Amino acid sequence: MEVRSMHFKARASTSAADRALQAKLGTAKALFVDGRKRAVAEIDLEATRAVSQAIRDTCIDNLDLWLERFEQEATKRGAQVMWARDGAEICRLAVDIARRHGVKKAIKSKSMLSEEAGLNAALEAADVQPVETDLGEYILQINDNELPSHIIAPAIHKTKEEVAELFERVHHKPRKTDIGEMTREAREMLRAHFLSADMGISGGNFLVAETGSVALVTNEGNGRMVTTLPKVHVVITGVEKVIPTLEDLATLMRILPRSATGQSISNYFSVLTGVKRPEDTDGPEHLYFILVDNGRVDLLGSEFQDMLRCIRCAACMNHCPVYQTIGGHAYGWVYPGPMGAVLTPLFVGMENALDLPHAATLCNQCGVVCPVKIPLPGLMRTLREQQLERGLRPWGERAALTLWAWLARHPNLYALAAKFGVRYLNWLAEGGDRIRVMGIAPAWTAGRDFPAPQGRTFRELYARRHKP
Amino acid sequence: MKVGLFVTCLVDLMRPRIGFAALRLLEAAGCEVVVPASQTCCGQPAWNSGDRRAARLLAEKLIAEFAGCDYVVAPSGSCAGMVRAHYPDLFADDPAWLARAAALGTRTYELTDFLVTVAKLDKLPGDFRGTVTYHDACSGLRELGVKAQPRALLARLPGVILTEMNGAEECCGFGGTFSVKFGDISARLAEKKCENVRASGADAVVLGDLGCMLNIEGKLRRLGDEKTKVLHIAEVLAGET
Repeated sequence: MEVRSMHFKARASTSAADRALQAKLGTAKALFVDGRKRAVAEIDLEATRAVSQAIRDTCIDNLDLWLERFEQEATKRGAQVMWARDGAEICRLAVDIARRHGVKKAIKSKSMLSEEAGLNAALEAADVQPVETDLGEYILQINDNELPSHIIAPAIHKTKEEVAELFERVHHKPRKTDIGEMTREAREMLRAHFLSADMGISGGNFLVAETGSVALVTNEGNGRMVTTLPKVHVVITGVEKVIPTLEDLATLMRILPRSATGQSISNYFSVLTGVKRPEDTDGPEHLYFILVDNGRVDLLGSEFQDMLRCIRCAACMNHCPVYQTIGGHAYGWVYPGPMGAVLTPLFVGMENALDLPHAATLCNQCGVVCPVKIPLPGLMRTLREQQLERGLRPWGERAALTLWAWLARHPNLYALAAKFGVRYLNWLAEGGDRIRVMGIAPAWTAGRDFPAPQGRTFRELYARRHKP
Repeated sequence: MKVGLFVTCLVDLMRPRIGFAALRLLEAAGCEVVVPASQTCCGQPAWNSGDRRAARLLAEKLIAEFAGCDYVVAPSGSCAGMVRAHYPDLFADDPAWLARAAALGTRTYELTDFLVTVAKLDKLPGDFRGTVTYHDACSGLRELGVKAQPRALLARLPGVILTEMNGAEECCGFGGTFSVKFGDISARLAEKKCENVRASGADAVVLGDLGCMLNIEGKLRRLGDEKTKVLHIAEVLAGET
């Protein structure tokens, strides 16, 4: 996907003023945030978080060994495991597979890796028609390949009315107003694709090393159609998704749907192992795993390794006050919200996403809800540190920081500066209790007043009261 | 019990009466309070801006200034959180300083946490009358577990009725330099907070951090609300409103 993260500031500004967008995000927030709260109350949350973190760390600490084990077990069961270094390799491998099997149409269940790679465009260029079957992804695809704005609810930025209008225009059918009816209409449109496709492409929530299986968490059932109906199934997922055992999968499944959608268990949960055997009634004849690096391996052993634990539940963005205000598109690439603010600069280059690690109040709401305890604010802070070290911050910001830090280490000069600063602010307040326009920080007073200082600094008043 | 009052740079600059209110409360709790004259800032602005070196130098300065105190108390969860939760990160490669930082960290408290947990203050000088709602500032809440302490103290003022607002634990949008780097997002978050404050029907929103205070008061006034008071918990408890 094309990177637009360098335009974050302008796009976030536009979104921050978009009350309609915030209303839509507010509805989803009520669903996700309240839902999660109810669902995690059913389990020993902190114990489950600790075990989940440990499971993910176990794998990541020895990622090569677990991936080899996965490859052996999957191969034993008739699958082919392929490795992709980047998005271009994902596209090349997927197109090769499609050509090998004479595929004309590929149905897709959600895969964020295919978004990273821009796979749909590559398939189209190779005369393979990609059809998104996740309802949200389908809505975006028929709306001229609009980009997702959330990792599990890609069309969260659209209202029911917008979708009704889109369906009427694209499906050429009478306009529906009821969500159930609209869903049925989409299902009817998709059914023909399900039955005529030669290849299914899915993501993978987890890869189980001991059995060579892929686990899929879905709510619409489309994932089952995609992975069982066509004769070819291609799983595209990140190398970090591997976990050791089915037992570990059971543990992680206690926390993933609860964190994501507030469900004790998702409507559909599939563990897919190997190709169709003679005694099986359905399943793919050919199963391929494309396991992707695309920046992940570089995080091993780095100060960002914790990020590899991420299980893509989206709890961080659902709980993020900034995401709630600007939505996902402003972030400019595949992953929005706190996890996106960390992953995007790491995957697309720090210089292409300078604003992202700064676009957070560091309130740590993301950190406390993360099911695998990723210290997201800390990682954003580390990215800020690396930006400064590499000279990627604006000159004015660096100068102000240096001057302030120098003053703060020289108490007498600092006291003098504070004394004059207070008087300057009071002069701006024109004797009142607030400053309406502040030249040194116009971004503050554009949207709110700045309360005037009380009058004297604490140290001035304290010195006066405690004269020897 | 010798307590060092870390006034914080924002209180020093903007609202000295909060510093004096904290002083009064600590003295009411029977503490011997010292206010090191050379104190400036805990270094959090540098730390959050990615300037580890500057943050570390300021941390060393603060650790040295308060070394002789049994406890360090700040009328701010954000600054106390910096000392307790983040100073050790700054000295990860320096065992001697790390030990000093960790030792001071365990003795550093947010004001209400200290008054409830350590000083066990039961008689409060304050006499505020009215309905209040409490805004949980992020660092105090999520780094230090400050939630019940300010409410327990407010409950001891007979004239105070506490009415909880929706989203009390949600960020007000201040975020230090975030408030000017992304002024429009920050102001929008403040607006949501103000809507919740006003919907609670409280006469005053009470809180424990200056950053949130400036942000919420600034937004309330810009929205035309001249009525709702924005008060620091120390002012309410000490009767210096």
